[in-house]
Amino acid sequence: MKVAVQGSASPRPPRATWQQEGRVLRLEGRWHRDAPPPVLEGTAPPGLPERFDCTQLEEFDSTLPAFLLAHARLAATSSFAWDGLPDNLRGLMQLALGVPEQSDARGSPHDGSELRALGEWTLRTWKATRATLAFVGESVQSLGRFAVGRARFRGRDFWEVLQQCGAEALPIVALISFLVGLILAFVGNVQLANFGANLFVADLVAIAMVREMGVMMTAIIMSGRTGAAFAAHLGSMQANEEIDALRTFGLQPFDFLVLPRLLALVLMMPLLTIYSNLIGILGGMLVGISVGIPPVLYWNETVESITLTTASLGVFKSFFFGAAIAVAGCMTGMNAGRSSAAVGEATTRAVVASITAVIVLDSGFAAIFTLLDI
Amino acid sequence: MSAPPTAKISVRDLTMAYGSFVVMKDLEFDVLERDIFIIMGGSGCGKSTLLRHLIGLREPARGEVFYDGASFTAAPTADRERFIRRFGVMYQSGALWSSLTLAENVALPLEEFTRLPARTIRDIVSYKLSLVGLAGFEDYYPSQVSGGMNKRAGIARAMALDPDILFLDEPSAGLDPLSARRLDDLILRLRDSLGSTFVIVTHELASIFAIGSNALFLDTATRTQGAIGPPCHLRDHSESATVRSFLNRGEDSAPETQP
Ligand SMILES: Nc1ncnc2c1ncn2[C@@H]1O[C@H](COP(=O)(O)OP(=O)(O)O)[C@@H](O)[C@H]1O
Ligand SMILES: [Mg+2]
Repeated sequence: MKVAVQGSASPRPPRATWQQEGRVLRLEGRWHRDAPPPVLEGTAPPGLPERFDCTQLEEFDSTLPAFLLAHARLAATSSFAWDGLPDNLRGLMQLALGVPEQSDARGSPHDGSELRALGEWTLRTWKATRATLAFVGESVQSLGRFAVGRARFRGRDFWEVLQQCGAEALPIVALISFLVGLILAFVGNVQLANFGANLFVADLVAIAMVREMGVMMTAIIMSGRTGAAFAAHLGSMQANEEIDALRTFGLQPFDFLVLPRLLALVLMMPLLTIYSNLIGILGGMLVGISVGIPPVLYWNETVESITLTTASLGVFKSFFFGAAIAVAGCMTGMNAGRSSAAVGEATTRAVVASITAVIVLDSGFAAIFTLLDI
Repeated sequence: MSAPPTAKISVRDLTMAYGSFVVMKDLEFDVLERDIFIIMGGSGCGKSTLLRHLIGLREPARGEVFYDGASFTAAPTADRERFIRRFGVMYQSGALWSSLTLAENVALPLEEFTRLPARTIRDIVSYKLSLVGLAGFEDYYPSQVSGGMNKRAGIARAMALDPDILFLDEPSAGLDPLSARRLDDLILRLRDSLGSTFVIVTHELASIFAIGSNALFLDTATRTQGAIGPPCHLRDHSESATVRSFLNRGEDSAPETQP
């Protein structure tokens, strides 16, 4: 074993032996990441030895220089002679130590105790709250600039967003509204049939759709569809410094990116809501017909049950929901971090925030309408 | 049918296209073992595209790429992994995974493809980052360091598994002269110690002459390879005036174009 000849058939495992009280480091065997972990023998000095004995070193990949570098770093001096190392290895070690370690850089980005984590969380939450308020404020200012004709954005962008959150949303809104209409009618019919009041299914579906379900369903679909798209788009723009590029051209990123989206969604939400109401009523009617209510009768009952006030309540709410979804989507996108994961996070937060906002707003409206007795 | 090529990388009759737009045609060259092979040419002439063909991210419109005589192009997808495992690639933009720290970026391939203990992986990561002059920046995210540092971290990641062949897309663009010089040293050292082969896209004339053992010039005008050979030889003796002018920064051809 001691006299193993270099280049013998089976490579020997890597071994590092400190000799002569740590003044000589003897490196042996095949240092390779497929080889077993290196065997360390002798007491390691705090730093590197004066001399290396590499006569029995067979072959090495990065594991050997990595091992040496870890020891050199402990010694904290940058100039070693690396006596006895093969030329290439010495060259690599000198390269690795050529640029002094940025010691103040190490460890500073995160170093976590729980108290610190709590503090950071508090600061983050506080910052997020302030950012939300600032964003809402800026939205209003931006709308103001738009009203006096001083907001710049590209008409083409506006049309694209308009199409994306209007026409392209029609199929999914239709499907969901139709199914909701069906469900309402089914559930209503089972209960009302007990009193022989089948016909009132028409009232039930009409009022539920027009006051609540139409606008609510549309808002939830648009949160998942358009709010998420806004967040992902603006988030990746932020990650790529595209927003900074707008800013350096003297363009207001807010007017340029947020305003067209806000306007488009606020314009489209009411239209989608009316559409959703109609399709939902149609769905209800289908159930009505299937349980034997004549279509004409059903239709008349529906028309009689809806007053102009009832019908306008849903549409009125839809403006606010649209604004909430657009603001939530754009805000999380614009404030996203600079990584791909941050874009994903922003999208998630946009959807959660907009659905929460929509439901909270809706409860608020319900309370107000009850007080006003509408 | 000609005998299979024997070089490390052989490109035969390669045509590259995006749809009907032909970027380069009739490319034919060999990269030898331990070569430092330079791909050069004007901006937008298809250097990155060629690299993407060599590493299998795009399929040739015609022609084949061989590694050690085995066809990479004809290999079924399952076999390609065997080839790809030997590659290390640095992309033009760095392409670091932005949600991982620099250390995690370099460690990921080591964790996925080796059984090394965590401590050894940490030492290797720190060694690779030291080689590119980034010691101490282990815990930084790509968005927290400069473009040149991103690029160098990309090189460290490409080297993570001590690959057989390293593909570097404009490694020295955006580096200061000293870092660029260190990078040249590093490439030579790695070639000599690990026997790696390098394929490098670069415009850096100093570095082309310092490290390049062979160079391929892609000619935008003819949409094919302009010349191939050792860079110093091409500079002084190439038959193509475009190549000479490129390698002399346009200086020797200036008098010719004037009456
Ligand atoms: N994904 C793509 N689709 C279509 N054309 C592309 C694509 N990527 C690059 N190109 C075209 O191919 C040519 C070569 O690009 P590239 O290889 O990136 O150039 P470079 O030599 O600067 O690296 C350019 O003309 C570019 O327009
Ligand atoms: Mg390129």
